This record gives sequence, structure tokens and C-alpha cells, in this order.
Amino acid sequence: MNHITDNEHRHALPGPDDITRQELKNGITILTRSNFNSPTLSIKGYVNIGSLLDPDDKLGLSYLTASGLMNGTDHHDFQSLYNEIESVGARLSFSAGTLTTSFSAHCLKEDIDLILRLISESLRSPTFPEKEFNRQKNQMLTALAIRAQDTSSMAALLFDQIVYAGHPYERPEEGFPETIQAITREDILQFYKRTFGPKGMAIVIVGAVEPTKAVEAIANVFGDFHNPNQEGLPKIPTIEPIQGTSRKAISIPGKSQADIVMGILAPERLSPDYMPLRIGNNILGEFGMMGRLGKRVREDAGLAYYVYSSLSSSLGPGAWEMIAGVNPQNIDQVVELITEEVGRFVSKPVSEEELSDSKSYFLGRMPLMLESNSGVAVSLLNMEHFQLGLDYFIKYPGQIQANTAEDILRASRKYLNPDALAIAIAGP
Amino acid sequence: MTAKTQFYKLDNGLTVHLKEIHTAPIISTWIWYKVGLRNEKRGKTGVSHWVEHMQFKGTETYPSGYLDREISKVGGVWNAMTYLDWTTYFETLPANMFEIGLTLEADRMVNSRFNPQEVELERTVVISEREGNENHPTFLLGEAVQEAAFQVHPYHYEVIGLKEDLQHISRDDLFQHYRQYYRPGNAVLAVAGDFNCDAMIEIVKSVFNDIPSDDESNSEIPTEPPLDGEKRITIQGPGQTSYIQAAYRAPSANDPDFFGLTVLDSLLTGPSSLNMFGSGGTTNKTSRLYRTLVEDEIAVTCYGVLQATHDPYLYSINLTVHPAKSPEEVLKALDQEIEKILDLPVTKAEIDRAIKQAKALFAYSSENISNQGFWLGYAEMFADYDWFENYVNHIAHVTTEDVLNIARTYLAPDNRVVGFYLPEES
Repeated sequence: MNHITDNEHRHALPGPDDITRQELKNGITILTRSNFNSPTLSIKGYVNIGSLLDPDDKLGLSYLTASGLMNGTDHHDFQSLYNEIESVGARLSFSAGTLTTSFSAHCLKEDIDLILRLISESLRSPTFPEKEFNRQKNQMLTALAIRAQDTSSMAALLFDQIVYAGHPYERPEEGFPETIQAITREDILQFYKRTFGPKGMAIVIVGAVEPTKAVEAIANVFGDFHNPNQEGLPKIPTIEPIQGTSRKAISIPGKSQADIVMGILAPERLSPDYMPLRIGNNILGEFGMMGRLGKRVREDAGLAYYVYSSLSSSLGPGAWEMIAGVNPQNIDQVVELITEEVGRFVSKPVSEEELSDSKSYFLGRMPLMLESNSGVAVSLLNMEHFQLGLDYFIKYPGQIQANTAEDILRASRKYLNPDALAIAIAGP
Repeated sequence: MTAKTQFYKLDNGLTVHLKEIHTAPIISTWIWYKVGLRNEKRGKTGVSHWVEHMQFKGTETYPSGYLDREISKVGGVWNAMTYLDWTTYFETLPANMFEIGLTLEADRMVNSRFNPQEVELERTVVISEREGNENHPTFLLGEAVQEAAFQVHPYHYEVIGLKEDLQHISRDDLFQHYRQYYRPGNAVLAVAGDFNCDAMIEIVKSVFNDIPSDDESNSEIPTEPPLDGEKRITIQGPGQTSYIQAAYRAPSANDPDFFGLTVLDSLLTGPSSLNMFGSGGTTNKTSRLYRTLVEDEIAVTCYGVLQATHDPYLYSINLTVHPAKSPEEVLKALDQEIEKILDLPVTKAEIDRAIKQAKALFAYSSENISNQGFWLGYAEMFADYDWFENYVNHIAHVTTEDVLNIARTYLAPDNRVVGFYLPEES
């Protein structure tokens, strides 16, 4: 029905023609793409600091450090910093993961300099005031007490402990109550000095600003960012998959529903197996009302409100997870149904119909994924983090189309084995 | 952003809102029905939400699973939501595939099968959804507070419904509810995206005109009398954390006081967007309650919830109690902060700030085409489209005196239910 559409402002996919990428001398990479359809900006970025750097007995150190960056700076106390942001209806936050500490902001276009200045201040001159540090620590302890009651969080945490046993990825970034208790303000100050710097940092701006102006605005506030003592992340160790199925459960009394997370190790993002597995995962537990798993467990058996699978691949080992929330009485039945589906998935190739539906899903969703400024900003950051190249979206259709049902079967068999699953359950 | 909005009413009573947006090759189709918890009866709670689930189970033309595949394979998204006053369905699709959304909505307005076997399978799915909610203390607290806050109005219940009702509702209950409320005169079709309005209305007519109008009507909704004084309730459950929900009876969205209360909420707990479909907001660290309750370590978190509703509902202040404090101490600190508003009236500068924040939040929530589709139909469920068009303007006209009067009227202790969730061990 193209005759009724009006393509006057049609946008092409982001590519080398309209993404500006520039590296500053101090190691910061800038990416920017203009979109004048809305008067807003999405600003996102990361520095290479994460829980991989945390000592075991102070797990949560990088997490608390990231949460404390906006507690006060050389130029602002906590209230005056947030007052600048909230007064203009903008948002800015920092959070730490395993490999990166990221920041995310949105604002109206006229506030670009203000927000960049505050990102810079928070990253470069945080003071971690005592009062705010203590408060944040207490807030964190309450958050962990709430986590301990959350069946889905606890099942996910237990799953990581089984599938990544002995590897740093088995540890939650937020730490545990005793490791948070052990962290002092001095620890944060020392950690900050050692790790924060411009090396490996990336910053993306997408929205109502010309690329030259965006680059100039970033260079103005970050051009003189230096830390000669900046430590990098340690090498990520490798890990062997578990031999045989390992099932563990955590009891959280008084809850109505149990959460199940089961799965296996997955390859890293840049592995040639990633694309076939991504399509395979879509067919197994994502497509439509959650793929084959949704059909079997929810539609045909009525056993769960949510059941799906998810493939997470970054740097180092990833995970391929099958997730469901079920009545405690149905745990065994659902584990069995999912295991059967996993078995079926590695026993014969997906049908041509499933494959063609899934491929067309991946191609069709691109305009939706790239519609908002924040959607484009996330994509640009990923392109930089995994060095996918500025022509990633141009090559993407070809990369999807290239996969055959045999490719998916071959890649899935390499990782997925119904007799060697990590199974984690949290419930009453 | 280029935007042209047009309004139509078809002969069968269907209201149609169209908005041209040419920023991306996407079209988002939403159909809104004036049916939700508000239209439910004792013993049949959760029926609207369950009907929404059954609307994905197929018709003679499009059997179960067919549309899911058709929409997913072009990269589209579709979903639905049931709330206090409304149920809505949407499909956001590549512009050249938008017709699937329109024909599917016209078809399932009248032709859904409600196959008895599918009803039984969905019963356990809906109960599973409820059990997932029950895992969260704040759901249990919210349910208890609503129950105490309303005696005759259906807002007495949660949208998901009582478990005993979900165990007993029959196929006929669901089908009867569907037949009563799913009809053109009770619906608003909102389409936003990359199209031309004049061409689109012709297609809408060709798809929807054949659905007959009928003389069904929505049932009468009882009016809730004012609370006769403050109510306090306590529930206990697992965990180590206590929560407080202070729920004040609030004006409906149509009441002029609604906008003043929106500003007051913004000052007390921080600005929030009305868009319920995921949009960027801001933080609330400079709000009055954060500065006193959270910064002074009386509470761990605070946030306010004010919903735009057809009938007077609740304005809730939600607090997570600091482990070193008692719930009574936290409530006392909240009351002191509310008293300050009465003693030391808010300044014009504070109100101007709230207005700037509301405008910025509005800009973020209009950024994508699905959200535009949401806005295009939403306000019709409790007011009309003008309500949405004039929202920022209404907010901008709130005065310091209005805020004071509204605080006096609505934030009085005898206008509230205070709910406490306490850990079982204590």
C-alpha cells in the first residue's frame, strides 16, 4: 500500500555517510548522527571500568563508585548538581556492569552544553562526599534485601553461579550484603584514581545537533581529560562448559510463583557462531509470542504467563538462557518441556518456513529499532564497543540472509546439549 | 516534526483519529475500548483483562497464531493493555504493511471465537500472571489499599482480578463482556505514522464500515462517597523491607483540580510523564520528599503516582521504609512535609520549574510513532482529545494559590488510606 505513504522525510539506515566518528588525542572516540525530527538529544557512552576489577571481598566496588559519581563534584554538591539537570527536565545517570561503566542522558537540544559539562564533571572530579556515600551504601543494602526476595533476580544470580562457576562472570555486579558492608569511602577514592580515565572511552550523541557542533562540544569538555595512571581491565579468562546437567534451587518462602532460568554457555559477540545462534534463539524462544517455547509451554500447556529464551554475547563467554515464571507445582513439568524443546532444537534443522519468517523479522524490525534517538545511540555504542564497523547496518541484511538451517543446527549443537544444562530455580 | 491530525466519526459510531508523521517508514495502529476494571462486577473481576488475552486467540478468518506470525515476520510489534478505564491494542508495523493492523482490529472487534478449550488454557496463564504479581510486596500492598479506599466503585479491585474470580469466570462471562463492550460506538481507532490522511480514512472506512452499530450500552457505574475519615491498614508478608502507600482520594482527569494536583505531585515527588508506554522521564532527587525523607535517611525511595482516570481515583505516595526507622516515623515525616506546603506556600519559581519539566517530558514522550499513537487515543478514554492538546497549557496556568488549595483539599489525612507492608518476622 505504498500509494498512501508519503516519503518526504525518509531516512536511510545509519551508515558511513551519516555517522561521524572521530577520535580525540586522549583516546576518546566520538560518534554522532543528526536527527532534527524532534527537539531532543540522546547522549550515551562508556568507560572501560566494571566489576571485573572488583576484589572478591569488596564485590560491588565499581557499582558503588559509578552510583556515587553524581553525589558531588568539585563544582557542585549533590542537590545543586541534580537541580541543574532536573530543572530543565533532563536525565543523566551512571551505572556499572561487568566490563563497562556507562552513562546515559537525554535533554532538550538547547541543553547540550550543560549536560556534557555535567557528564564531564561527574567523570572527572567526583568528590564522593561522606554523607552521600553512607546513604548510598544503605540504599544499596536495602536494594540487596529486596533482591533476595525477588524470584527472577535470584534465579538469574544462581544460574550465573552454575554456568560460570569459577569464572569472574559468576559474580553479581551489585555484590552481596557482606561485600558492600566491607567497602569504605577510601576504597572508592582509591579505585576511582586507578581506573577512571579517557582511554577506551566512547561517547555518542544522536538528535537535533549538527555533527560538527556535537564533536566540538564534546572536545571542548573532554579534550583535556587525562589519567596517566589509568589501569585497564584484566584479561577475561576462558571457561569450559559444565559436564552434565546441574540443577540448583533457592527457597524464598511465602512467594506465589517460582522462576526458572536454564541454559548453557554461549560464544562471544564476535564469534562466527553468533549470527546463526541469534536467529536460532529467535526461533527457539523469541519470535512472536516467544517462539517454540511460548507455543509449547504457554499456548499449548497454559503453564506460564512468560516463557522465552535470550542470547547474551559480549566479550568473553556469553550465555543462552531459557526463562519461565511458573506455579511452584509445575516446575518439573516446565523444566521437562523446555528440555524436550532444547533436545528437538539440536536434533534436526529448523524448518525453511521458520527460518524465512525469522530472517524477515530481523530485517523488518530495523526501522522500529532505529526509530528513536536512544535506539540509534545504543546501536552506535555497540558498533564501537564490538568494533562492528560503521557499515554494520549496510552489511546486516546480507549477514542475516547468509545463514542456513544447517548453519543454525551446527552452531547450536556446538553449545546446546539437553543433557548438560545449568538449571536454576528460585521460589517458595 | 511534520504532523497533521484529523478526526472522523464513521456511520456506525466508530471514532477515528489520524495523525501524519513522516519521520520514519512506520505506521502505528491503536484501537481503544472504553472498558476496564471500571466496568466490572463483584465476582467477575479480571474479566476485562482476560478478554484482552482471548483477543489473541484467533477468529475464523485469522486462526490462533496466524497473525502473530504475519506481524512478527515483518518485524512488527503488537500488544495490548488493560487498565482501570480502558483496554487498548496496538500494532506498529513497517508502513507498507500497515493494513494487517487495521483488518485484524476490525475482525476481532466482532469475530473472536472464545473457544472453550482456549479459555481453559488461558485461565491458568492469567492465574500465573497474577501469581507473578503476588511475588511483589508492592502489588499486595496496592491491592489492599484499593480495597480499603473504595467500597462501591469497581476501583475497589486490581485490574488483574481476584484469584477466586479467575478460578470461576466462565467462557460465557467472557463472551458476554466482549459482546457488550467491543463495538464501534465504544471504541476509538487511532493511527499515527507515515501516511496521507485523506487516503487513510478511505481505507479505514472500507475496513470498518461493515461493522454494524448496535444499541448495547455500558452499565451504570456506582459513585463512590467520600471517605469517612482516615483509614489505616497493615498487611504482612515475606522479606525484610517495609513499605508505605499513602493513597489520597484524587480528582478525575476531567476535574480542573487534576492539573493543580499534577503540579503538586511534581513538587513533592518529582515530575512524571502520563505516558504509560515507556518514555524517558527525569529523576526526582530535588523533589521535596526526596530532599527530606531520602536524604535524611528516613525512607530509601519515594515516588508519587497520579493517574488520569474517568472517575475519581487515588493519588499515591509510595515510600520504602529505611531499615533503621519505624514505619510510624516515616509517616510522621511525610505528614510534616505536607504541612510545610500549607504553612509555607510554594513559590512561583517552583511552579515555573514544574512547567518546564512537564514540557520536556512531553517532548521525549512524543519522540516515537508508537507513542504518538498512544497519545492520539488515550485521552478519549476519560476525557477527549482536547484534554491532551491542552495538557501543557492547563499545567502552565496553575497558580501558587491553586496548589495551596489543592493541598488543603486532597492531602488532608481524612481523605486518605495509609497502607503498611511489614515483614512477617517483625
